[in-house]
Amino acid sequence: MRDYGRAGHGCVGGVSGLRHEAALIESRTGGLLGIREATGIRGMAMGMRRYSAFAIAREAARYHTGWERAWRSPQPKAEYDAIIVGAGGHGLATAYYLAKNHGITNVAVVEKGWLGGGNTGRNTTIIRSNYLQPSSMAVFEKSRSLYEDLSQQLNYNIMFSPRGVLMLAQTEHEKRAWERTWHANRIAGIESELVTPERIKEIVPIIETGGPRYPVLGGLWQPRGGTARHDAVAWGYARAASAMGVDIIQQCEVTGVDRDADGVTGIQTTKGAIRTKKLCIVVAGNSGVLADMAGFRLPVESVALQALVSEPIKPCMDCVVMANTVHGYMSQSDKGEMVIGGGADGFNNYTQRGSFQHIEETVRALIETFPMISRLKMLRQWGGIVDMTGDRSPIIGTTPVPGVFINCGWGTGGFKAIPGSGWATAEMVADGAPRALAAPFSLDRFTEGRMIDESVAAAVAH
Amino acid sequence: MLKLTCPNCGVTGEETEFHPGGEAHLKRFGPGSSDDEFRDYLFQRVNPRGVHFERWRHQYGCGKWFHAARCTQTLEVFGTYTAQTSEIPQNIIDAIKSRRPDWEPEA
Repeated sequence: MRDYGRAGHGCVGGVSGLRHEAALIESRTGGLLGIREATGIRGMAMGMRRYSAFAIAREAARYHTGWERAWRSPQPKAEYDAIIVGAGGHGLATAYYLAKNHGITNVAVVEKGWLGGGNTGRNTTIIRSNYLQPSSMAVFEKSRSLYEDLSQQLNYNIMFSPRGVLMLAQTEHEKRAWERTWHANRIAGIESELVTPERIKEIVPIIETGGPRYPVLGGLWQPRGGTARHDAVAWGYARAASAMGVDIIQQCEVTGVDRDADGVTGIQTTKGAIRTKKLCIVVAGNSGVLADMAGFRLPVESVALQALVSEPIKPCMDCVVMANTVHGYMSQSDKGEMVIGGGADGFNNYTQRGSFQHIEETVRALIETFPMISRLKMLRQWGGIVDMTGDRSPIIGTTPVPGVFINCGWGTGGFKAIPGSGWATAEMVADGAPRALAAPFSLDRFTEGRMIDESVAAAVAH
Repeated sequence: MLKLTCPNCGVTGEETEFHPGGEAHLKRFGPGSSDDEFRDYLFQRVNPRGVHFERWRHQYGCGKWFHAARCTQTLEVFGTYTAQTSEIPQNIIDAIKSRRPDWEPEA
């Protein structure tokens, strides 16, 4: 397997930790200041003990008694400079970049469940940036490039594996759409490649390109796309943000938004009232519910999106394959499971479980393209609630309520966007208005008709 | 999996026999409307976590459209009714209230 060796293992840093060995030795002689300089993480006020190969050796020598909790579990303070609702990837990344890029550390992230327990922990971990529209390419490529060294930045192995993402063209229409996207990618400087069925067969030997129902006519290949461990992305951001002073408050459900004539003044939660002048809602499928509390409506609908995994098998596919026509998205996890993402249900749903027929449709179609999976047993199936916008592009922007910011609408493709989305949202929360990366995704595009149409660009029925 | 009864032909089937059509009782805004009205008509769905009124089509049956009242949090279907109305029928309101005593129809 070409890329699997890069992934390292588990929560203790793995490969990513090794690069910091020299820095760590230096810092041990240079004291705490040395650690701060070596890591580049600003103001480690709460003192995060670095993960490294030395740390493993040290702990091995003392029965692993020295590992700390990865993040603090504080009670909420009376007031924060900014409150982020939702401790998923996007919310935690926003908090991290607020602290790291803008020096704003008096921040709370409130979460009704546990961090990373929503769509962050339910997706199929695909990372790519070969979108059609310029503003989409900008934010997704920013995100993908941040993923490249995120393990080093966070000192937490997120197992980013740029194994390549292959998007199949299974209709003539889709093939033309990928040609158009490929040209757009070239103009934007995003590395992607239009590939023939023969080249696809080289990249994915287990694929059947002949059809008859869903022949593979070509594809769009992004070699630096790939996967990462989704839980680790949430945990890594949480740990690094917490170390810089961000309070992550779990099991704290927001029950109301307080506001006066000038704008937001705070929130009501199951752990009491918290005051703030800046509130950023980053809650994916529940965005409409939170917006309703704040007093406005969003152009989103919440639906269930499903995924499933097979029993683990030996390595057979070392890239991600996306069959958009049939809504089947497959990769092989480091454990060996075939991870399969399916299509979204057509009706509004908040139950985090989808309809069985979608699983059946996805698997039935994938079996034609990957005959070898026909005898696989599927182990688990689950759903997440995704917030779909009309143009299938996200919303990052200010809202009708002064001081309330929104980051939502990532729909079925939010995981890949976590670092870039957090980066852009942190800029907006810090400045009070979005900068260039987020500006096109503002809420008023639906009034102005200024769509960022990735719905048509996907060349499939949504 | 949802089970719906088509009020047009009376057949009860599971959801693969039907096709969802989004929020019901939309008021159409076209030429002459304001930008905000047109945006609301096109995009601003209610998207509630709870009671939802929506359109369905009996796609693999009689082919006709109808309305359903359903809970998006439990997937419970309270009832279905004709699409030829802009008012929610009283028997549907009663059915919802018997299951959700705190629920009130929006004005």
